Amino acid sequence: MPDIPVSAVPALAAQDFKSDIKPIWCPGCGDYAVLTALTKACAELGRPRESIALISGIGCSSRLPAYTSVYGFHGVHGRALALATGVKLARPDLTVIAAGGDGDGLSIGGNHFLHACRRNVDMTYILMDNQVYGMTKGQASPTTAPDWCESKLTPAGTGIAPVAPLPLALAAGVGFFARGFAGNPNELARLITAGIAHPGFAVIHVLSPCVTFRAEQRAWKQVVHAAADAPATDPATAMARAASDDGFTTGILYTAGTPPFMPERQGTMRAADFEPDFVVKRQGAG
Amino acid sequence: MTTECIEERAGAAILPAVGRCPAPPAAPGDAGTVSLAIIGSGGAGAMRAGEILLDVAAQAGFFGLMTRTMGAQIRGGEAAALLRIATAPVSSLDDHFDLLIALDWANFSRFAAELPLAATSLVLADPDEGAVPAAIGESGSRVAGLAMKALARAVPGGRVNMVALGAAAALIGLPAALVAEGLARQFGRKGETVLQASAGAVARGVEAAAALPPCRRFAAPPACAETRWNISGNQATGLGALKGGVRFVAAYPITPATEVLEWMAPALAKTEGMLVQAEDELAAINMVIGASFAGAPALTATSGPGLALMTEALGLAVASETPLVVVDVMRGGPSTGIPTKSEQSDLDIAVHGLHGDAPHLVLAPNSIGDCLTTTQWAVALAETLQTPAIVLSDQALGQSRAVIAPPPPPPSLPGRLIATAAAGYQRYTVTASGVSPMAIPGTIQGTSGAPYVADGLEHNARGAPSAQAGDHHAQLDKRARKLDGFDYGASWADREGEGEIALLTWGSATGPAREAARRARDAGLAVRLISLRLLLPARPAQFAAALAGVRRVLVVEQSHGRQFHKFLRANYDLPAEVAVLSRPGPLPIRPADILARLTTWE
Repeated sequence: MPDIPVSAVPALAAQDFKSDIKPIWCPGCGDYAVLTALTKACAELGRPRESIALISGIGCSSRLPAYTSVYGFHGVHGRALALATGVKLARPDLTVIAAGGDGDGLSIGGNHFLHACRRNVDMTYILMDNQVYGMTKGQASPTTAPDWCESKLTPAGTGIAPVAPLPLALAAGVGFFARGFAGNPNELARLITAGIAHPGFAVIHVLSPCVTFRAEQRAWKQVVHAAADAPATDPATAMARAASDDGFTTGILYTAGTPPFMPERQGTMRAADFEPDFVVKRQGAG
Repeated sequence: MTTECIEERAGAAILPAVGRCPAPPAAPGDAGTVSLAIIGSGGAGAMRAGEILLDVAAQAGFFGLMTRTMGAQIRGGEAAALLRIATAPVSSLDDHFDLLIALDWANFSRFAAELPLAATSLVLADPDEGAVPAAIGESGSRVAGLAMKALARAVPGGRVNMVALGAAAALIGLPAALVAEGLARQFGRKGETVLQASAGAVARGVEAAAALPPCRRFAAPPACAETRWNISGNQATGLGALKGGVRFVAAYPITPATEVLEWMAPALAKTEGMLVQAEDELAAINMVIGASFAGAPALTATSGPGLALMTEALGLAVASETPLVVVDVMRGGPSTGIPTKSEQSDLDIAVHGLHGDAPHLVLAPNSIGDCLTTTQWAVALAETLQTPAIVLSDQALGQSRAVIAPPPPPPSLPGRLIATAAAGYQRYTVTASGVSPMAIPGTIQGTSGAPYVADGLEHNARGAPSAQAGDHHAQLDKRARKLDGFDYGASWADREGEGEIALLTWGSATGPAREAARRARDAGLAVRLISLRLLLPARPAQFAAALAGVRRVLVVEQSHGRQFHKFLRANYDLPAEVAVLSRPGPLPIRPADILARLTTWE
């Protein structure tokens, strides 16, 4: 594995983590606040830009990497967590952050979400949830309520229950779960910072309104509320709280001490050292 | 590239042992080559007996090949070890088996078609295992009884496969002392009891062979002190990947590719690398892309169904210019198909399966040893050209084992062009070669520190998303140019022999084609063999030079849909007279099939 030293740089401000590329997001989109919170968290952590890799899939929120000044990879739909896992396992020295939306992470990428939770590689996943597919102009997502009838694909509603990211992640063995709101970027920055600092896989579930296709989500600011309790530290408590959660509780909801996954590596052999295993070693006549 | 250059490569790389290690003068009655099959129910030990025989033959100085045919059942299905032992390098199974030993006849009908016999063949059957199947009688082979079960029972812990091993070794002329050594290597670690049981059963087989009718045999082992390897195609692929510098593998288990992964997992852990078992092939290929982006040469191994799942991400690797290698150990398809048996029917998807205009590399090893050379070359090409490479191996190569001369190294290449610190760094800057310096996360470019974002969206030179025609055309041109304009040297194909007739083939079909060409030459018919190792990008000028003077072409491939023939038609000019010998799996193409086609042409 390459071991490239990370150079020391002067302290950077949040603004230094933004690129000069103008986001494609609609005015009022919650994702602007996520960009702000993320860059704030990077500045707070004091890590150089080149030591951070921001990995995404496809969707409005997955456009995030281009708007930052860190290393990034804008991959294919649903595979951000797999791609990020490869980055982190190959380069444990990097700070790896994956980002994407509810469709990317819980529908097409749902299997990777489960396995990222149980694999517990030390990286942070920012899951921007607006309960709709925005980039394809407003279809139901896996977190959309069953009676939402605004999509031409499902004019009578989906008729199927939405998936709740918190109990899903808990069931899959996640070690850190926080929920933030785009309307409170300062709290969100703190949650992202805590997620990055957590040794293991950390999910930051962000309620990030889509003001274009789900204008009613503007009202989320009236219903979000900070968690009354300290973070649960055992899965049973976390699951019990999740059962009565209204989905708008913000803060760190669960944190556990599960050790992160990182296979042992030794440099005791070179490729050529394996060749003698195949050499015919003649012992007797012939 | 000149024709001479191609010849030199072919001579040096592909037939390295010929001439350097001459077979001894054939004693009267010496066979030069003997083929035998040991068959039985899965779990009966046919494969183990075959592996020991091959090991003993290698000790004795022979070359050899062992392929395996089996059902999908873990136990209780059918299993056959198919061996060919010879004084010269073996590229293919022979036309028929000289000796067939049936541990039992259970499920024989399932693979009877894969066991061609001749009137000269000797079939050994255990009288306790019931009647000899009618198909055996129809072949006209000589049948003799060998009471393997009873002989094994007479030895505490004795097994029928060891009796068969003893009889086979004695019948074909392998020295008993070497068989004893082979047993010690195989069973020594299991303790004296197991070793004694095996040795006892083998001895009963050897004794019994004295009373059996003779079969084709070697007079004496060849005297040869040359270095030889005993390796399977899947192991060779793994070693080639490691030698190419691969340090990260993510994969999902699939037959018949899993042995590549099983060999690589512990080897990577000792060479500062790792193998990760992913949740599916979608995850595997994306993990590989991530690791490569982060700076680690990366690979995955799969078979057809897995390759199908990976094709979207391969498009991402093309667009983002991320180097990686996908090894596809092909099996019968479509869908789940015939997972345990070979076919060359993933050529279409490997060549055409990506969406958009997605130039990439497709390579194919054409022998068990070449699995090492071609995989190592594929890693180096992928790294040098910053693009995905698909390596098309197959079950016939991957799960077969051969005694061979050590495989030659591939051409040396510069590897990944890493960006050096420079102001104004642009990841996808348009260059004359099409290759642009790649910055590795953790490094800064210039004083401003300018990491980049790799993107599957079309992008401009700096990597910013762009839907503009100018950017799209410039990046499409760049990605095509870096592959088309590269000098692949003589390794793009193996060319052997001269003549107006050419056998045009690829991959595992090369083995029987090579033997057919040799037999044709021995019979006075000049035949040229051209085996394509580099399938994409196409090499029209080199292909035309290799085919200069050829009047007739016989295309040899193992697919139902003539995929290779269509591939050739799409990419190359062929002479007026073209015939196609295209047969789907699971039956291997045999040299005699090809020879018959050559000699009966008009």
